[in-house]
Amino acid sequence: MDKTQNNKAWFLVLPVLVVVAFSAVIPLMTVVNYAVNDTFGNNSFFLAGLEWFDEMVHSERLHGALGRQAMFSAIILAIEVPLGIFVALNMPKRGVWSSFVLVVMALPLLIPFNVVGTIWQIFGRVDIGLLGRTLEALGLDYNYTNDPVDAWITVVVMDVWHWTSLVALLCYAGLQSIPQAYYQAARIDQASRWAVFRYIELPKMRGVLLIAVLLRFMDSFMIYTEPFVVTGGGPGNSTTFLSIDLVKMAVGQFDLGPAAAFSLMYFLVILLVSWVFYTVMTNLDKADTGRGEGQ
Amino acid sequence: MAQITLKNLAHSYLPRPQGVQDYALKEMDHVWQDGGAYALLGSSGCGKTTLLNIISGLLRPSHGRVLFGDHDVTDAATAARNIAQVFQFPVVYDTMTVRENLAFPLRNRGKDPGYIRDRVAQIGRIIGMEEMLNRKAQGLTADAKQKISLGRGMVREDVNAILFDEPLTVIDPHMKWELRTQLKQLHREFGHTMIYVTHDQTEALTFADKVVVMYDGRVVQMGTPQDLFETPAHTFVGYFIGSPGMNFLPARVLGNRATLDDGAQVDLGAEYAAVDGQIGIRPEHVTLTESGGLPVTIRRVEDVGRHRLVRAEMQGRPLNIVVPEGTAVAAQPQVRFTPARINVYADDWRVTPRGA
Amino acid sequence: MTLELHGVSRMVGGRSHIHPTSLTLNRGTMNVLLGPTLSGKTSLMRLMAGLDRPDTGRILWNGDDVTGQRVQDRGVAMVYQQFINYPGLTVYENIASPLRILRRSRREIDARVRETAEMLRLTPMLGRKPLELSGGQQQRCALARALVKGAGLVLLDEPLANLDYKLREELRVEIPRIFEASGAIFVYATTEPEEALLLGGMTATLWQGRVTQFGPTPQVFRQPRDATTARVFSDPPMNFLPVVKQGDRVIFGDQVARGQTAQGQAGLFAGVADGRYLAGFRANHLGMAPRDGALGFAARIAVTEITGAETYLHVTHGGDRWVGLVEGVHRLNPGTAVTVWLDPAHVYLFDASGRLAAPAAYAMAA
Repeated sequence: MDKTQNNKAWFLVLPVLVVVAFSAVIPLMTVVNYAVNDTFGNNSFFLAGLEWFDEMVHSERLHGALGRQAMFSAIILAIEVPLGIFVALNMPKRGVWSSFVLVVMALPLLIPFNVVGTIWQIFGRVDIGLLGRTLEALGLDYNYTNDPVDAWITVVVMDVWHWTSLVALLCYAGLQSIPQAYYQAARIDQASRWAVFRYIELPKMRGVLLIAVLLRFMDSFMIYTEPFVVTGGGPGNSTTFLSIDLVKMAVGQFDLGPAAAFSLMYFLVILLVSWVFYTVMTNLDKADTGRGEGQ
Repeated sequence: MAQITLKNLAHSYLPRPQGVQDYALKEMDHVWQDGGAYALLGSSGCGKTTLLNIISGLLRPSHGRVLFGDHDVTDAATAARNIAQVFQFPVVYDTMTVRENLAFPLRNRGKDPGYIRDRVAQIGRIIGMEEMLNRKAQGLTADAKQKISLGRGMVREDVNAILFDEPLTVIDPHMKWELRTQLKQLHREFGHTMIYVTHDQTEALTFADKVVVMYDGRVVQMGTPQDLFETPAHTFVGYFIGSPGMNFLPARVLGNRATLDDGAQVDLGAEYAAVDGQIGIRPEHVTLTESGGLPVTIRRVEDVGRHRLVRAEMQGRPLNIVVPEGTAVAAQPQVRFTPARINVYADDWRVTPRGA
Repeated sequence: MTLELHGVSRMVGGRSHIHPTSLTLNRGTMNVLLGPTLSGKTSLMRLMAGLDRPDTGRILWNGDDVTGQRVQDRGVAMVYQQFINYPGLTVYENIASPLRILRRSRREIDARVRETAEMLRLTPMLGRKPLELSGGQQQRCALARALVKGAGLVLLDEPLANLDYKLREELRVEIPRIFEASGAIFVYATTEPEEALLLGGMTATLWQGRVTQFGPTPQVFRQPRDATTARVFSDPPMNFLPVVKQGDRVIFGDQVARGQTAQGQAGLFAGVADGRYLAGFRANHLGMAPRDGALGFAARIAVTEITGAETYLHVTHGGDRWVGLVEGVHRLNPGTAVTVWLDPAHVYLFDASGRLAAPAAYAMAA
């Protein structure tokens, strides 16, 4: 449908454009500036071109952080998506319990990230944390400050606790939009519960699942606060993910050049993956509506 | 296949119904014969979909029992009742091909693959989709999808009954003809009990051997299309069936004459005890004549192609007349009612003539 | 007040939804767009309203070019198949809403709302919300909202399709009455030929984005210009069989291939050249009883459907499937051999390209 244009509306958008320019575009340009310059100190800069980019691409430290990050995101997605679907399938759809359950599910999402980190940091401590003490009482050797595996497990469980609700709520919304007639037809066709899930629920949830996966991927790829508060990136650098490494470089070591180059590459990677997802999503949409004629 | 019996069946959607008006289905006893082709006809909100869902098990009735043959299935789940139902809007499994859609109910019951293949081919032929069996169900048109829904409803041979809930709503008029004929042929070939819910009288009358007319949650009449047309048991049936419906005029009836409000006399085809009510005559049985009839004023003449509809007024009440093609309509016409076709109604229910 | 379309067309995604079309709609006329789903009725109405911009051609309203004008600036009202009302407002407020946007005085709004509600018999329901009303009442509310602002062009897109059969009948009687009272140009889209006939006025038959014929409804019905128009404007579907004209004989049926024929007098088709044609006739002209001059065809019953006082006979004749609508109740078993009768005066002849070669004699006489 062609909506007729009203060009006067652009004036209303102008203030927003100014604010965005000020708070986002100009700082971004500053980062680009840093990425292509080097300094001898004393505020004198010279153009270094792509030198920083070159150094970063070959940096072993960066490769390590990237590897850890990729593994982390993969584990997160592998756990959260099926778990979220499972929870959504079992949430009550109607009645008094449904509102209650919705609120409970939304709670973890409302907690500020550093508070989440702090909660789990204390929770996991062997001396005063509930989890730590329980595990010790059970005879398990658990110490997230010393053991890299324990640190990973803690960070993963924390993220699952924090973010599975998002996947669950999105899938719940997707499930709500399935017309009753489909379930009725399945009952009449004497389909098993698994068949109902596979042939009715999963296909109809495809759209929201893609959104959920996209959001979780982006967020987990950029994760900073929670693991930083719990493990500080340790023990050693076993839980040092990309953002943590970047901040160490920029703020800790004050290597602004490489950090800026790194930021830009980081940004581009996320942009690329999101674009891929988006293209896949819209192509699937077009396939659905393009071939379907009439209604 | 089984005979379906409804015993003392009533249903209210409210948890604590206070009176008759809270019931969507008023108490009824009804038997659907094994192998019959029935139509359930009524306007929106009369309870026909409620009744259908109770039979299929999608809805549990608040009162009464449902029996399949001799088994009480009131508490049985839909899957256990072994029925098929086709809904108003096409329901297809998008990720499967047409073939897999049709095979789905059979696979769920663990039938042998050879049997499934043959049966799917047979049904595919009947619904006219044999060329499309291997296509994905997703991108097809609405009527193709509805045909798949129909096919899936018919693919099981041992169903107790096949229930149709206004299945041709989304279909174009031209395609409706084909599908209706195919349904009828199907019934002939396989002999399942079929119950077809609709608000369209043409669909009901052409499909069914027996039509059940519902009004306000009650069964008002069950009979052959001819019975419903010629001797409607209730004024609602007279009004609902026929396009346009029956004409009703207030009258006092005694013997074989009816006296209208303005004193005019009308001959009846049979003898009646004294009644103060209405006479009903279908527009098809009203003839225009030059003289010797009752005067009417003509408001509109509509050309419907194969005949013309004269919308007239008699004593301030509307009177519709069907005039065959090629017949002239006089300027000052009079009308005659065919005596044998006049029905007498008291309190909306038909009065049987004396000696009948 | 006239609406003119000159060579208007629209393409969507590489496919033509509307082929170049020219139409003139006059003041105070009811214009029916008749065609199956996806034939372009809705697309054409949207072009008329100004919701879509045509890819070619111009649209003139009272002689002024309004092709690029936004729909909000034109005096257009539209009623849809789904009863579209503002759910949060009462019926009174719903009907008043177009007038409030036009900033009419409170007194004027009240007068016009009550007048329109009275015309659509909604006065007792003015205080209720649309969702509390029945389907028919909701659609009447939508109609009232469309009519209240006195727009010059009222478009109705299959407005009765979602209603009960009987309700449809009742509203169908009211629509001409309302239309006459308003004096606007009405455009009504439908898939049912019977509806077109009942509404009268002018009819445009559409097929795959093209207007095949436009004229007074009885004329388009009785004198279709081509086989497509005849097909679109027939319910039950039109029956066809091939015929051959040789000199003063017209052979109905393909004698060589089918072996079931009847020969007819050529007097009726005297003006037609020799050759092969496709004969078309409507279901209600196929009869069970012989009449003077009628041709008898040996056929077999496929299925019979009884609708009260009439019967639909589905028969096969050679390889053709025919539908006949005959009077009386005929209970015949499938496979029974019957003779069906057809008066050649009811036959339309179409040539190989589908154009009408000879109209049915009865149609010209009427």
